[in-house]
Amino acid sequence: MTLFQISEPGEAPLPHARKRAIGIDLGTTNSLVATVRHGFPVVLADAEGRPLVPSVVRYAGGGTVVGYAALEQASSDPCNTIMSVKRLMGRGLEDLADDRRYPYRFVDTSGVIRIDTRSGVRTPVEVSAEILKALRARAEASLGGPVDGAVVTVPAYFDDAQRQATKDAATLAGLPVLRLLNEPTAAAIAYGLDNASQGTYVVFDLGGGTFDVSILKLTRGMFEVLATNGDSALGGDDFDHRVFCWALEESKLPPLGAADARRLMSKAREAKEMLTGHDAAPIVATLADGTRVDATLSAATFNEITRNLVAKTLAPVRRALRDAKLAPGDIDGVVLVGGATRMPQIRRAVAEFFGQPPLTNLNPDEVVAIGAAIQANKLAGNREGGDDWLLLDVIPLSLGIETMGGLVEKIVPRNSTIPVSRAQDFTTFKDGQTAMALHVVQGEREKVSDCRSLARFELRGIPPMTAGAARIRVTFDVDADGLLSVSAREQATGVEASIVVKPSYGLTDGEIARMLQDSFAHAADDASARALAESRVEAERIVAATQGALASDADLLDGDERAAIDAALAKVALLHDSDDRHALKAAVAALNAATESFAAKRMDRGVARALAGRRVDALG
Amino acid sequence: MIDFTRNHFELFGLPARYRVDESALDRAYQDLQNAVHPDRYAAAADADKRLALQASARVNEAYRTLRDPVARAEYLLSLRGVNAASEADTRLAVPFLVRQLERREQAEEASDEHDMPRLAALAGHVREDAAEVATEVERALDADDDERARARVRELRFLVKLAEDIEALGAAEIDE
Repeated sequence: MTLFQISEPGEAPLPHARKRAIGIDLGTTNSLVATVRHGFPVVLADAEGRPLVPSVVRYAGGGTVVGYAALEQASSDPCNTIMSVKRLMGRGLEDLADDRRYPYRFVDTSGVIRIDTRSGVRTPVEVSAEILKALRARAEASLGGPVDGAVVTVPAYFDDAQRQATKDAATLAGLPVLRLLNEPTAAAIAYGLDNASQGTYVVFDLGGGTFDVSILKLTRGMFEVLATNGDSALGGDDFDHRVFCWALEESKLPPLGAADARRLMSKAREAKEMLTGHDAAPIVATLADGTRVDATLSAATFNEITRNLVAKTLAPVRRALRDAKLAPGDIDGVVLVGGATRMPQIRRAVAEFFGQPPLTNLNPDEVVAIGAAIQANKLAGNREGGDDWLLLDVIPLSLGIETMGGLVEKIVPRNSTIPVSRAQDFTTFKDGQTAMALHVVQGEREKVSDCRSLARFELRGIPPMTAGAARIRVTFDVDADGLLSVSAREQATGVEASIVVKPSYGLTDGEIARMLQDSFAHAADDASARALAESRVEAERIVAATQGALASDADLLDGDERAAIDAALAKVALLHDSDDRHALKAAVAALNAATESFAAKRMDRGVARALAGRRVDALG
Repeated sequence: MIDFTRNHFELFGLPARYRVDESALDRAYQDLQNAVHPDRYAAAADADKRLALQASARVNEAYRTLRDPVARAEYLLSLRGVNAASEADTRLAVPFLVRQLERREQAEEASDEHDMPRLAALAGHVREDAAEVATEVERALDADDDERARARVRELRFLVKLAEDIEALGAAEIDE
C-alpha cells in the first residue's frame, strides 16, 4: 500500500519519499515484474493471481493484446501473434539459423529484423515494448502511481546490440531504466542475500531461449562476477523443438502449416513439462485436416533426443571456469535458474559435473525478477536495513576494431569488470587524410567475419598532416549497463573528430524518436502532458539528490558555491508546477551545472573515507 | 573526483614496488568501488553519475594493472620513465627464443596427437619458468636496475603468452 504523499504547491517532495521501483524479468517465454514491499520482494500477480505474463504479443484487428489472451490465439493467428521475440532482439534475418521455425512474414531487409503484421511492420524492439507496457501497467496499478525506476534484466551473454535493443524497448514503453542487470547476477542477489552466503558460486541459467553461466565470488557484501559465458540462442524452446521433430517423425507427418505447427509445438512443451515428474507423456493432437497425432514419449527417449542439447550447456560452463581459473571442485554451490532447469536430465548433468547437488530452494521462474526488484529498490535510493552490498559485473564478449586484412584488434577483453574505459591509438596512412572509417565488432574470434558487427564509425575533421603523423586515440567506454560508446580525438592538435554511428543491427536515435511519436499518436496518451510529467519527475529526482548531498556534505562548499546551488534549487522549485516544460528542463540543467564541482568534492571525500576506513580495519 | 595525477599504487594506498600484498589490494579495491561505483549514484544528479562512471572505470583499470604480473612490471617501469610496454620492444636473447620456439613446436605436436598429459606438462614447465623470471623482475626492480628489469619483463611477457597459448590448445581439445 502506498501512503498519500502530501506536498504544498511549489514545494518539492521530501527527499526520503519512497520511490516506486520495480524489477522486470523480460523472458523469452514468460515475463515478470516484482517490487520490494515492506522490506520484502514480491512478484506482482494479475487479478487472477497469476504471476507470469506470457511473452506473447498479438496484433489483433481491434488493438494489441499481450499475455495469456494473446497466447490463446497463437495457433489460430500465428502470423500476427509474436512469441519468443527475445530471440530476435538485436539480430538480423541472416542470424536466424532456421527461419522456417518462425511463422511470421519477415520483411526482406538488411539490419534490424522487421515483421509484417496486421497492424503494420513491427521490429522486435516494438514487440518487446508491448510486453514491457503490460508489465508497467500491472506495476502502476499495484503501486498506485507512475514507476520511478526499473531494473530490466538481460541474459549475461547478450551482446551490445541485444542489450541496446532491450534498453530501446524500455524507453519505448516509457520505463525509466535504472540499470540493465544480467539475469544470473540478479539471481545471485536474490539467492545470496537470502542465504547470507560467502564463497564461489556458479549460476546456471537455462531460460526459454537463452543460456547463461556466471561464476561469482561473494565476500563482505560484494558480488563479484569472475567470468560469464553462455549461448544466447539455446533454451527450453530448443527442447520443445526436439520433441516436436520427434513427434513429426514418429507419426510420419509431412511438414506442417503454421497453425498446426504451433499446436503441435505447444503439445510438445506440455509433454516436456510432464516428463519432469513422470516416466512418460502423451502427445495427442488433431490437425487442421483431421489427422490425429497420438504418440507417447518416454523419459528415456526424451533424454536420448536432447542429449546433445544438454552437452551444449556444459561447454560454456567449462569455458567460464577456465576464464575464472577455477576447477569444478573449487565451487561452493551451484544455483539453478530458469524454468528449463526443472528438467531432470539438466539437474543430473549439473550435479555430475560439479560433484554436488545443485541448489534449487528458490522458485527458478521468479528468482531473476526478485533479484532485479531488490537491485531496483536499492538503486532508486529506498533504504532498507542490511542492504549494504555492491555488485561488480563483467562484459561477456570482447570488444574490438577491424584492422588490416579483416582481422580483429581486441580493445576490451571479455570478462573485464564494468564500467571500463580503454583507449587505442590509430594513425593515418595517406598524406592529408582527414577522415577515417572504423568498424566495431564483438566476439572472440580472430577474423572480423566470425565476430558480430556492432557499428561502423566515420571520423571526420582530422587535421591534414603527413601520413602517420596524426595520432587518433579511439576510446571504448562500457558503462554499468554493459553498453558501449566510442569517442575519438586527435592527440597532437586536440581536435575532436566527430563520429557518425551506423549501428549494424540497432535502431538509430531518430527511429526511436519516431516510434515514440507514433505510439503517442495511436494511444490516447497526450504526448506533451506526459513529457511534462516526466520532466517533473526528473526535477524531483535531482532536487532530492541535491538536498541529500547538502545534508551530508554542505561543509565542502564556500559561501558563493552554496548560494549558487541554493539559487538553482529555488529556480527549479519555482518552475516545478508551471506548465512550461522547457523552462523546467533548463532550470534542471542549470542545477546540474551548479552542482558539478560539489559532486567532485564529495566523491573525493568518499574515496578518502573508503581508504581511511580500510586502514582502521587493518589495525584491528 | 578521483585525483587522476595519483598513480595506481597511491590510489590503493600501497607502496610502489613490484611485490604487492594481494589481499590488501583486493580490500582497497572493494572499498574504493564501494565509494565510487555508479550503483551508488543511480539516483543522484547527472554530474555525480558521470563522475562515478569515470572514477569506477579508473579504479577497475588500476586494479587490473596491479593484479597482473606483467602489466604491473610495465607500469612500475613507466612510472620510472621506462617504456617497456612498446610493441616494437621485442628483443630477446637467441637461446631463449630457440628454447621457447621448440616448446611451442612440441605443444603443437602434442595437440596433434591429442596427448593431453604432455600438453599439461609443457604448460606447467612454462609457468614454472615464468614464476622464476617474475622473481628476477622483482629483484631487478627492487635494485633499481631498470634496464635488466626491462629485459626480464620482455621474457616474462613472452612466457605468459606462450603458457596461455599452450593452455588454449588443451582447452580446444576438451571442447571438441
